[in-house]
Amino acid sequence: MTPFYRFQFYLFALMAIGAALLFVTRRSPVSAALWLVNVMFALSGLYVMLDAPFVAAVQVLVYAGAIMVVFIFVVMLLNLGRPGQLPDLREVAPRLGAGVVGIAILANLLAVRRDALPTVALEPHADNVVTPVAELLFSDYLLAFELTSIVLLVAVVGAVVLAKRKAAP
Amino acid sequence: MTDFAEPGALLGALLPEITLLLGTLILLLVGAWGGESSSPTRRSARFALGIVGVTAVAVVFAWLRGDGFTTDDRLTGDGFRWAIDLVLLLGTAGALAIFDTEQLRTRAYQAEIPVLMLLALSGMMIISASRDLMFTYIGLELMSIAVYVLAGANRSSARSAEASIKYFLLGAFASGFLLYGIALLYGAVGDTRLSALGAATPSAMYLVGVALLLVGFAFKVGAVPFHLWTPDVYDGAPSPITAFMAACVKASAFAMLLRVMAEGIGPAIVHWHPVVWWLAAITMVVGNVVALAQPNVKRMLAYSSIAHSGYLLVAVLAYSQEAAAAVVFYLLAYTLATIGAFAVLGIVSEGRETTVTIDDLSGLWHVRPGLAVALSVCLLAFFGFPIAGGAGFFAKWYVIQAALASHTPLTVLVVVLVLASVVSAGYYLTAISAMFNRPRPSQLPMPVQTPLLSGIVMVVAVVALLVLGVFPTPASRLAAAATLRAAPLATPVAGTMTVSAPTVAATEDAGSTP
Repeated sequence: MTPFYRFQFYLFALMAIGAALLFVTRRSPVSAALWLVNVMFALSGLYVMLDAPFVAAVQVLVYAGAIMVVFIFVVMLLNLGRPGQLPDLREVAPRLGAGVVGIAILANLLAVRRDALPTVALEPHADNVVTPVAELLFSDYLLAFELTSIVLLVAVVGAVVLAKRKAAP
Repeated sequence: MTDFAEPGALLGALLPEITLLLGTLILLLVGAWGGESSSPTRRSARFALGIVGVTAVAVVFAWLRGDGFTTDDRLTGDGFRWAIDLVLLLGTAGALAIFDTEQLRTRAYQAEIPVLMLLALSGMMIISASRDLMFTYIGLELMSIAVYVLAGANRSSARSAEASIKYFLLGAFASGFLLYGIALLYGAVGDTRLSALGAATPSAMYLVGVALLLVGFAFKVGAVPFHLWTPDVYDGAPSPITAFMAACVKASAFAMLLRVMAEGIGPAIVHWHPVVWWLAAITMVVGNVVALAQPNVKRMLAYSSIAHSGYLLVAVLAYSQEAAAAVVFYLLAYTLATIGAFAVLGIVSEGRETTVTIDDLSGLWHVRPGLAVALSVCLLAFFGFPIAGGAGFFAKWYVIQAALASHTPLTVLVVVLVLASVVSAGYYLTAISAMFNRPRPSQLPMPVQTPLLSGIVMVVAVVALLVLGVFPTPASRLAAAATLRAAPLATPVAGTMTVSAPTVAATEDAGSTP
């Protein structure tokens, strides 16, 4: 493990922790959501360094991409108003609850001794993770893959139909 | 897993679907770049009718050639698939023609609506072809997402938007159940193919998967107690879309239900048989009794469609080749009657925002006898009246026959079916007597002249119903061939012979595993 690798790893870890702290302390839901995106990106960086590129890619696609879009979409739909005028949505009881859960998880992490975890092979198998997935996707599940693209087409056409300004009769 | 389908074989197996999708994509582009047209939506609807016709030819061609099978057993080319496809194409053609009429009067719809109908149709055709739960699920989503949008097709109507949102939320919920069930079945068996599921011994996880699958199916076919979305959605959606949902979405959901139950989850039949038995009984009773209290004709037809789900569930329970043929024949008759009835309602309602009530039908016979006769034949077909109700009578007759000939005769359920049908006379005949016996109130507007396409739909539906009511043999023989050709139900039929033996083993197994 080179010092450079170590440096990178801790950089991503600090980014994740810093962004997470900012995420829970923001008052405006939108900026909190954007900090959460940063947490997701930092985590996916960690996954890459741990030889799990596929998980990293899925992390970016699913969490940083799709789920965050849904969060921000809901926040926009609720139309809460300007950040300055917002009442703080985080009340005392949920804060206490979240704090207790956080401390419990932290205690759990500290209690798990590193050498008690099962060891995994350190050999990098970067490509071997993606290849089998791709092989299945484009052989056995080729039809499912193609059909999914049609489902996406339906979603796009449907969204346009519902959102388009009504044409003058 | 290894013997996956070659691309060429896949292309051959899906020829009708590919024809349909290619046509649909061209239609989409025509809508975008087709140049000026006085009514792009109606042009699009007519183009779509043409595509449906070409696809029907492709289906007949594929059926005659015996195409459609793939070596990995994920797609099947049995007669059941092609027969259901033809029923679906018929229903879609009817709905498109009604849509054309509706657009003529309201001008409320965009040119993409027929595109979405065809995309939904392609999803339905995938469902009827699929022998793999993964394809079934993708086909179902393809159909459902398109229909969610279609329910909200009338952008100027708040009720249409409400129907769309309701259908979307409940449909997504049902899809979640279905997907969870499929995931558990995959976890229990290690495969999503129906052939693998049908050969497995049910474990506890398998049974939970089957239970979740049943909940999802019950939502999709609108069986009581999962029916609550049906009346609101049917009432709120525009008439042509309601016709499309009542005819095609229902037919497709039943094709999925029947195939999965017969070919897939047969090993767990002892566990789901009583559940579906109660589902069928409650659905028939609740659907018909609640329909009695509906003054709104569309809501009445919605509850009547719930009741029809109950009748069809009886056929599903009968679990034999004859029952599958009965389902095909029933869906054909039901599709014809639905399309005919909604074609009439579309003209009577004159594109108004409020839907037709029974009072609006009063005295229709005195002003437009043709419409009154057409609607009466369709309602009598729903009711299952002999001769005048045409094929509807034989549809119910075949279901009853299959139920009584089943390995465990469903006598009680047949009694419930007959009594529920008698109750249904209460609302079908009320509507008919309003049309014939009451005078026409002077404040009611005169229905518009029947446009050509709607007229053709009505005549075809009524004539087909009446002819099949006198000579049901050709269609019933076709329906029988539909399932016999490749013996799609071979596994369950073998299973029914020995139902008691695996039954005991299965119960013991389920009892001991947890």
